[in-house]
Amino acid sequence: MKSTAELIGADPGWIILVKAALVFIVCVVLTIMSVWGERRIVARMQQRVGPNRVGKFGLIQALADGVKLALKEDLIPAAADKVVFILAPIISATTCFMAFAVIPMTGEVSLFGQTTAMQLTDIPVGVLYVLAIASVGVYGIVLAGWASGSTYPLLGGLRSSAQVISYEIAMGLSLVTVFIYSGSMSTSDIVAAQGKWWYAVVLFPSFVIYCIAMVGETNRAPFDLAEAEGELVGGFHTEYSSLKFALFFLAEYVNIIAVSALATTLFLGGYHALPGLGFTESWLGGWFTLIWFFLKVLFFFFIFVWLRGTLPRLRYDQFMQFGWKVLIPVSILWILVVATLRVLSMQGASRFVIMGFAVGLVIIIMAINILFENAKNKKKNSPVAESAKPSFAVPELPFNVSSINVSQKGGDHA
Amino acid sequence: MPDQIEPITPREISVNDVPFAQVEQNGPKGFFDQLKGFWVTFATMFKKVNTVQYPEVKEPTAERFHGRHQLNRHEDGLEKCIGCELCAWACPADAILVEGDNNTEENRMSPGERYGKVYQINYLRCIFCGLCIEACPTRALTMTNEYELADETREKLIFEKGDLLAPLTQGMLMPPHPMYPGMDDSNYYRGEVKGSHPSQDINK
Repeated sequence: MKSTAELIGADPGWIILVKAALVFIVCVVLTIMSVWGERRIVARMQQRVGPNRVGKFGLIQALADGVKLALKEDLIPAAADKVVFILAPIISATTCFMAFAVIPMTGEVSLFGQTTAMQLTDIPVGVLYVLAIASVGVYGIVLAGWASGSTYPLLGGLRSSAQVISYEIAMGLSLVTVFIYSGSMSTSDIVAAQGKWWYAVVLFPSFVIYCIAMVGETNRAPFDLAEAEGELVGGFHTEYSSLKFALFFLAEYVNIIAVSALATTLFLGGYHALPGLGFTESWLGGWFTLIWFFLKVLFFFFIFVWLRGTLPRLRYDQFMQFGWKVLIPVSILWILVVATLRVLSMQGASRFVIMGFAVGLVIIIMAINILFENAKNKKKNSPVAESAKPSFAVPELPFNVSSINVSQKGGDHA
Repeated sequence: MPDQIEPITPREISVNDVPFAQVEQNGPKGFFDQLKGFWVTFATMFKKVNTVQYPEVKEPTAERFHGRHQLNRHEDGLEKCIGCELCAWACPADAILVEGDNNTEENRMSPGERYGKVYQINYLRCIFCGLCIEACPTRALTMTNEYELADETREKLIFEKGDLLAPLTQGMLMPPHPMYPGMDDSNYYRGEVKGSHPSQDINK
């Protein structure tokens, strides 16, 4: 059996064009259906029905909304930087589609008599390419906020970019362990390397970190601070209307699908069937793997919707603290552990050494935890914190800070 | 010369000296307690939805819902409204216009001296508070449970007397017609008139 790279490499030009068109169509159709699906599912979570008027079960609601948006007046604020204002949604919308180019959606299939795989291209640094494209997508948000010539969009754009950049670090770090284990950055190789065990099982901490980071990365609830309606109106797209707004909307949903597809590829075995159902992969001439792929993507999409239906929005400082002080250190430590284990096993260390390493690690983690708890209790019970409390009423500070330095000279409030 | 005014001393007690209760913050709940919320939303998906598919399915209103007004009639078909304008005066939104006129022997619309010649309620102004109903001395004006009052033009939402009058039911006759023989207006108000004028009864 040939590798995916070899299969795709033999594609004639017209097959590549067909595949590019298919990727685009899949993204757009999936977006339209996911907007509908999200509204229906969130509605059910709130004991409502959701859109059910346009078409059967309201299926073409998103299409109708798109038509409505296209027919609306396209406003450009007088204070806006026109060129950048128009460019921003285009950047956002194009980059989100590009990430899909390296996602393997099926195994070996026959398309119009050609044996190929449903993956537009397979580059040796495919995952890095996806991360790079996601970073370029941030430009769309920043430029939209800046070019609007308005306060709320600017704040929203800044928040958004700070957020995406912060969580991209955690996301990138969570992927490093996958690279270490699979020995490749090519998406198809990573899928092939998961033949026996999914990385979601082997590298569970990485999987959890990636799942959290991908929600932060896509500006979705509970990390949707960039468009916190109560604070920032609509965030970076406040001043956008008509088709330009539709492009941002499209980009948001394609992004969700893209990060879900990447999660599927890197952690859930890509297009392969669930364990024990491998015999289904040859049904429909390999096209059945497409169904497995989309089932997994839709599973992630459901998680997105579930999060949105359940969790309240985080406060900005908590959000940043979580990203920088929890996710990033934890993923760095996890990389160290995985790298050490990997080197040990590659150098043929005995099982005894590996077990010893693992046990030692657990002991160290427990010791750190005990020390941390002790320090916390000490701080709680210390009388110093009590005396340092100011004599006048002050609101509680964030992060449970129990003592603050207050100038005693300025304390005369009589 | 008045007594020496006591010099103003600085306040001895400031807001900040008042002891304030320290609210105990228990900190966040445990990890698994926090996950309970996910179960709530997941389980709700399989519950029966609250939504009523309105235009197709109509649920009855509360019994005493304030809907469109109605001008009632006596049992013989004469109007209860006496054109007193108390409803118009009571209306806080100035939505009611009444013009009264004298009843005559040839043209009797209601028992007693006067009847409402013009009666308009502007449903663009009406707030459905029901003060007009409380003000009406003859129970001529009441409210129905009808709530579908949307329309396309302003003119259509000014309801005339003809739109508001209760329909004629069995035994009623369309006014103008004379009062029941041997009965005066106070009999009418006491509800002692049970049917139409015998001379008008076509079944006789």
